[in-house]
Amino acid sequence: MSSNVTPTAKPVKSTGLHVGEAEPGVRKVDPILTADGVKRTFGGLTAVDVDHVEIPRGAITALIGPNGAGKTTFFNLLTGFDKPDEGKWEFDGRSLAHVPAYRVARMGLIRTFQLTKALGLLTVMDNMKLGAKGQTGESLFRSILPFVWRKQEDEIEAKAEELLVRFKLDAKKEDYAASLSGGQRKLLEMARALMSDPTLVMLDEPMAGVNPALTQSLLDHILDLKSQGMTVLFVEHDMHMVRHIADWVIVMAEGRIVAEGDPHTVMEDPAVIDAYLGAHHDTDLGATDTENVEVLKELIDDEQ
Amino acid sequence: MIDWITIFSNAAQELISPTTAAYALAALGLAIHFGYTGLLNFGQAGFMALGAYGYAISTLSFGFPVWAAVLVAIGASVIFALILGIPTLRLRADYLAIVTIAAAEILRLIFTTNTFDAITGSATGLQGYKTGLAALNPIPPGTYGFGPFTYNAFDWWIRIVGWTLVVLFALLTWLIMRSPWGRVIKGIREDEDAVRALGKNVYSYKMQSLILGGVYGTFAGMIFIMPRAVVPANYQTSLTFFIYAILLLGGAATIFGPIVGSMIFWVLLSFFSGFVARAVEVGWFPFMTQVQAGQLRFILVGIAIMLIVIFRPQGIFGNKKELAFVK
Amino acid sequence: MEPTQTVARRSPGRWLILLGILLSALTLSGIAASPAMAEEVSPAPAAEQTEEPTAPAEEEEFENFFTGNVTFEDEPLEGVRITVEGNGFEAETETDAEGKWRIGVPERATYEVTLDEDTLPEGVAVTEGGATVEAEFGLTGIKAVNFFIGEGERQTTGLFAQVLIRLVNGLNFGLLLALAAIGLSLIFGTTGLSNFAHAEMVTFGALMVLTFGVDLALPIWIAIAIAIVLSALLGWVLDAGLWKPLRRRGVGLIPLMIVSIGLSLALRYTYQFIYGGGTQQLPGATAPSDIQLGPISLSWIDIASMTTSIVVLVAVAYFLLRTRIGKATRAVADNASLAAASGIDVDRVIRIVWVSGAALAGLAGVLWAYFRPGVSWDMGFQILLLIFAAVVLGGLGTAFGALVGSLIVGLFIEMSTLWIPSDMKYVGALVVLIVVLLFRPQGILGRRERIG
Repeated sequence: MSSNVTPTAKPVKSTGLHVGEAEPGVRKVDPILTADGVKRTFGGLTAVDVDHVEIPRGAITALIGPNGAGKTTFFNLLTGFDKPDEGKWEFDGRSLAHVPAYRVARMGLIRTFQLTKALGLLTVMDNMKLGAKGQTGESLFRSILPFVWRKQEDEIEAKAEELLVRFKLDAKKEDYAASLSGGQRKLLEMARALMSDPTLVMLDEPMAGVNPALTQSLLDHILDLKSQGMTVLFVEHDMHMVRHIADWVIVMAEGRIVAEGDPHTVMEDPAVIDAYLGAHHDTDLGATDTENVEVLKELIDDEQ
Repeated sequence: MIDWITIFSNAAQELISPTTAAYALAALGLAIHFGYTGLLNFGQAGFMALGAYGYAISTLSFGFPVWAAVLVAIGASVIFALILGIPTLRLRADYLAIVTIAAAEILRLIFTTNTFDAITGSATGLQGYKTGLAALNPIPPGTYGFGPFTYNAFDWWIRIVGWTLVVLFALLTWLIMRSPWGRVIKGIREDEDAVRALGKNVYSYKMQSLILGGVYGTFAGMIFIMPRAVVPANYQTSLTFFIYAILLLGGAATIFGPIVGSMIFWVLLSFFSGFVARAVEVGWFPFMTQVQAGQLRFILVGIAIMLIVIFRPQGIFGNKKELAFVK
Repeated sequence: MEPTQTVARRSPGRWLILLGILLSALTLSGIAASPAMAEEVSPAPAAEQTEEPTAPAEEEEFENFFTGNVTFEDEPLEGVRITVEGNGFEAETETDAEGKWRIGVPERATYEVTLDEDTLPEGVAVTEGGATVEAEFGLTGIKAVNFFIGEGERQTTGLFAQVLIRLVNGLNFGLLLALAAIGLSLIFGTTGLSNFAHAEMVTFGALMVLTFGVDLALPIWIAIAIAIVLSALLGWVLDAGLWKPLRRRGVGLIPLMIVSIGLSLALRYTYQFIYGGGTQQLPGATAPSDIQLGPISLSWIDIASMTTSIVVLVAVAYFLLRTRIGKATRAVADNASLAAASGIDVDRVIRIVWVSGAALAGLAGVLWAYFRPGVSWDMGFQILLLIFAAVVLGGLGTAFGALVGSLIVGLFIEMSTLWIPSDMKYVGALVVLIVVLLFRPQGILGRRERIG
């Protein structure tokens, strides 16, 4: 499937996603995910304060921004891993407020994590099988009766096998996930997410810590998701990658959305350049995510 | 002269003693909690106490038949697990540890207080609840067996009941741990957020695991009281620590580990206590009294726990690659 | 030594029972009504138990009993409350229809047995020897204690005075808990370790005072100073010899916690091995309560203990808030890797935390030995859960949270004896711990974001 996409091939970009001027909070023709007035504060610090944002269906959207812009926190809020102080947000027209993370996932919104969460002491195959939805054998009482779930288990295994071949992990299927390299774990996490046939895949820094040799393969897989009709939202730092595969880019800084648009226009937006340059003094101590910046600020307060 | 034969035969008896079976079952329950799910339950003594008191009180105060007494004990420990789990299973792992250890102590204090003496027998405890089980004994009265394993009909009966339960529960554990349910449970041990992101209700699974392992502990508690009386002082925190020692010795995420661990633990402990006691008697350790010899084994268990965790964290049966600890 | 006075200082029985009766009269709540129920059914099993020898059980503790018979003009008195207190143990019971009572105790040692005069019928009181007697076991495990009952008027204490007395006791207990809890909390904050062996560090302080102050007969102040220095040394040895190497090996937090459990078990029984299973008193532990402050009578030990706690706690606060190394400690507790990145020597901070935490625990042990009163091999373990409760209540890892949590636990335990039987007073504190976790899992002073 992905073999025909060579490193030099230019992926087909989706266009005409928005209605009217491309500005922060612009309406989309067919939004799959919308957020309204979502705000999250940690102590006195506002981590996320998004007035309005819509994620276009069937496209690849990149969420970019300097360190501490609140991208991961926003991800956590959208997927039920964190609760905002206020605001409402919807997925496919269904409200996600107060919906626990596991239900969000069952609705077809699957996420991955910045630090990979491959389940180290499970085999690669078990990791994959865990991704499948609606398993009969996951009920404690039915689990005792193998004949009840055996058939479904075989189907799941076949599907997992297929995905592992596609992600070139089939040779490792009996190994512990802990034995995989960082890049392979990213691949496994993505493949595992696909086991549940999601409609929206949210990838938190899919390229972080990935060996350059695997980068292209990961990019191809992301493009593949789109060609199979899935919507992709990802957080990324690598501008090259963003420019290469994203159809739409949303820029966050200091918890707010400061710009939106197609990759090329957004990169030239002065607000974006400001956001990146202006944020640099915050990252001196090597803080890499919002929480560390928050603790750092507290420490600085402490010293004063 | 040291009577080696007595020491050895006493130690050998521990191999199939009901106490060994009870500890094996309690450790198996803990394996579900700690080894497979990553739950830090430090209140297994509380579950055992509920088994013991649930059974004894239903029999003595309410005259329940055996099956009803067993159901009462199970019901009590399910409620106990719910009370423990609801506030803590959403929190970080160490909160469960502190709450479970506190809850087990609360139970012990309630069973010890003179306030409820009429029901619990306070510090003296309870006895006289064994007739129900004895009535079910199909073995004709008499003495059976060979060598050190010579017991009367009731003693054989409680050994058979105890070890049958151990085998049944081991089989059950084996079945559920190779099922998709077991896969989710092990996934939670590795990283519960990842499992949550895959659409599994982690909270519910943790609760199921806590209840299931707790019920194992309850059965262990019921076996435990068959060769002795119900005494609250038996359900101290150190009981839970002993079960942890057994679990770690055998391997936390294994099925045979807790069972064989319990056998090794009790045989060695009996051998060691027997040897030291006799050695003190004949004056090999002039600096030690008989009482001190009894305390020595607790010191050794403590040191053994430390050494196993540091040098062989996977236990005897654990897979070397699979260091069965939550991160 | 004058037993009556010692008891007036901290005997909960009388006040508690008065209130208990008031409460059970007013409400039909479970706990308050239960003694009445026990009264109706208890004679039969009690009689059974005395006739049969107790079944042989491993680790059985309560083989020793106080018994007695309360009669007035040859008529048995039913429902008279008897309390046994001593060596950190408290229990109570009521006489049955034949006027008999029986209480099991863990050690064959000296206890104070109190008859609650408020539960005697109108116009009846203890006439000779006082309502509190000191009782010691002879050669057997059963000791009869009898009171001389006759016509007379009894003294009563007002509710306000009872509350005040409980408050002062609770404060005293809370302050000594705080000394231990702050160390535990700082160790948790800086290393992530839930140190179950903290209890043994508490016991260590008291045992060292016993060794130097009693066995070697040094002046008590010198003995306490030596004990605290040795406690600090123990902290250093534990960190350098055990915890630091384990941190270096990258051993996870849960295995570390289990190692601390093993260490706790090994140390505790080593203490028992060396010092035996009994309880010994430190010099001055039975000082009379002859300092009268309004309705409260205190001994100079009580006052010295509270003063010491407050002075030390203020010093710890100063250390944490004003000194460089104290600030660094808080920074490490906040985020160790970030602190390391900003140039703080994390290992040094952790060593200081272990040394000072152990010294504080040792001091807490000395004060606990005076509060109980008595030194025994498992005295630290008896309050370990309360220390943990205090730390969790205040918010794991925050030093000031530990202080607030300790005071709450201390006050709650002492105040709760106004309503619940004294042998269940720890139950209340542990229930509160669970309830607080239910509604405010981050603890009282903790921040929500800390919870993973």
